[in-house]
Amino acid sequence: MLKRSHFKVKTLAYLLVLPQMLVTVVFFFWPALKAFYESFFIEDPFGIHHHFVWFRNFVELFHSSDYLHSLFITFVFSLAVTVLTLFGGLFFAVLADRVTKGRTVYQSLLILPYAVAPAIAGVLVRFLFDPAIGIFPYWLDKIGYHWNYNTHASQALFLVIITAAWQQISYNFIFYLASLKSLPHSVLEAASLDGAGPFRRFFTITFPMLSPITFFLVIINMLYAFFDTFGIIQVMTQGGPANATQTMVYKVYQDGFLGLDFGSSSAQSVILMLVIVVLTVIQFRYIEKKVHY
Amino acid sequence: MLVDKHPFLRVATHVCLVVGILFLMLPIYFAFVASTHSLRDLLTAPIPFLPGKMLFHNYYTVLVKGAPKLGVNPVDRMLLNSFIMAMFIAVGKIVVSILSAFAIVYFRFPFRKLCFWMIFATLMLPVQVRIVPTFQIAASLDLLNTYTGLSLPLIASATATFLFRQCFLTLPDELCDAARIDGAGPMRFFWNVVLPLSKINIASLFVIMFIYGWNQYLWPLVATTSSKMSTIVLSMQKLATAADQIPQWNYIMAIAILALLVPLLVVLVMQRWFVKGLVDSEK
Repeated sequence: MLKRSHFKVKTLAYLLVLPQMLVTVVFFFWPALKAFYESFFIEDPFGIHHHFVWFRNFVELFHSSDYLHSLFITFVFSLAVTVLTLFGGLFFAVLADRVTKGRTVYQSLLILPYAVAPAIAGVLVRFLFDPAIGIFPYWLDKIGYHWNYNTHASQALFLVIITAAWQQISYNFIFYLASLKSLPHSVLEAASLDGAGPFRRFFTITFPMLSPITFFLVIINMLYAFFDTFGIIQVMTQGGPANATQTMVYKVYQDGFLGLDFGSSSAQSVILMLVIVVLTVIQFRYIEKKVHY
Repeated sequence: MLVDKHPFLRVATHVCLVVGILFLMLPIYFAFVASTHSLRDLLTAPIPFLPGKMLFHNYYTVLVKGAPKLGVNPVDRMLLNSFIMAMFIAVGKIVVSILSAFAIVYFRFPFRKLCFWMIFATLMLPVQVRIVPTFQIAASLDLLNTYTGLSLPLIASATATFLFRQCFLTLPDELCDAARIDGAGPMRFFWNVVLPLSKINIASLFVIMFIYGWNQYLWPLVATTSSKMSTIVLSMQKLATAADQIPQWNYIMAIAILALLVPLLVVLVMQRWFVKGLVDSEK
């Protein structure tokens, strides 16, 4: 949209958009196109041979059990993180919305995990669950459960899931609390006069009214689980044991920087771009609708 | 605000909140406790539950003295690097975004729409999916191990541009008309009218972007090879994943606490702007 009252100095307008355009073209579009281009080539690690291979990198990916496994892991991981953070965030938001005393203190503490870098969060939780000295393995041992996430695939996956969820709960909490505050109070009061108790009011009025924000948070949480959890995995498990925590983003990094398989890594980047395009389009289509609603 | 008359429910709400928050704070609390003990104290199970006496020693070691034999280098330089990187990213994002939003809303020029959609598209290209080629480009531009290299590839911001655009669209047209009648040029109008009116948005975006910048991990990991250019988060990770020795948990946790202290304080002190920025920029 353009203002009715506007300026017509073209050179100045170009100068104003230039900085952002330069960064966008050099560091966003060029790399993206390069990834796209490279995904059709096979290169040996020394960069001597460079063959155009059409879609072979993609075909090989979908025939590789490693890649299919990382797709599956990413799916389980993002689903679990999304569900846990939605419930956690909603739980705390509903409680914090109900209290009057100490409200600001509760709120401040609940948003703290957001400020912690994923890699730091990873190391904090790793310390609590370290098989040698962690407090949780110590307790688990007392009840006869053997904990070692360095060798147990499901334990490792569980650990990165709860770490990612720990961080992202704050985000969900902030958004749920903001939308709880903006709910029409007249409706809730009317229900209360009609004799609906707090639980009934929550399930029949509050919860359905929160469905737009829940949908938005599902997308945001999935984007978070896909892309922003690299640090957690790198610090806690490095994708192991036996690739049990190797998400798609982690595999791009491993194949590109450690395996030096640029063709395959680029093809994986292209697939990830498709994922994010789909998620973004869904999110924005929904927001368009919300505006009209 | 509906106030319930069930005292039981009120007490239960507080109990749930306190227990839940204690549980959430557990990782941060134990990290702090670990940073105040000697490694020997931490290696005897169960780990101590209360702070010990080594607080000064541990923090002095990681900040100033270092422990070369254990691979612990002083991290004062890395704190500074993180700060510079976060500032460059936050200020850079705000400057490029406010300028392009101003151009898109207040100027008519060819390719205006194209510019807008190009900025929108950056939303779909997070650094994680373009990591390998971005690294190659930064390397060919000689940007590795520089502050410019650490911050520039992250500086474009669709969310900030949208937020400013949204804000400018709500400003009354009369402001611009009045400025033009008074003979003010576009930049004068930007400087004297638009910028002061954007103060709150700038503050909220700054908080969000500073934390985003400070907490960056993957990009600094590949864009720096010299330890002099490393960030605090990165040096914590290097110590924590060093393979050939027992992890120096006391020092690792001291560095972790230093690394999380700055964004934590920023969020606490600027909480109102932080929440506003987060909620507004996603609309």
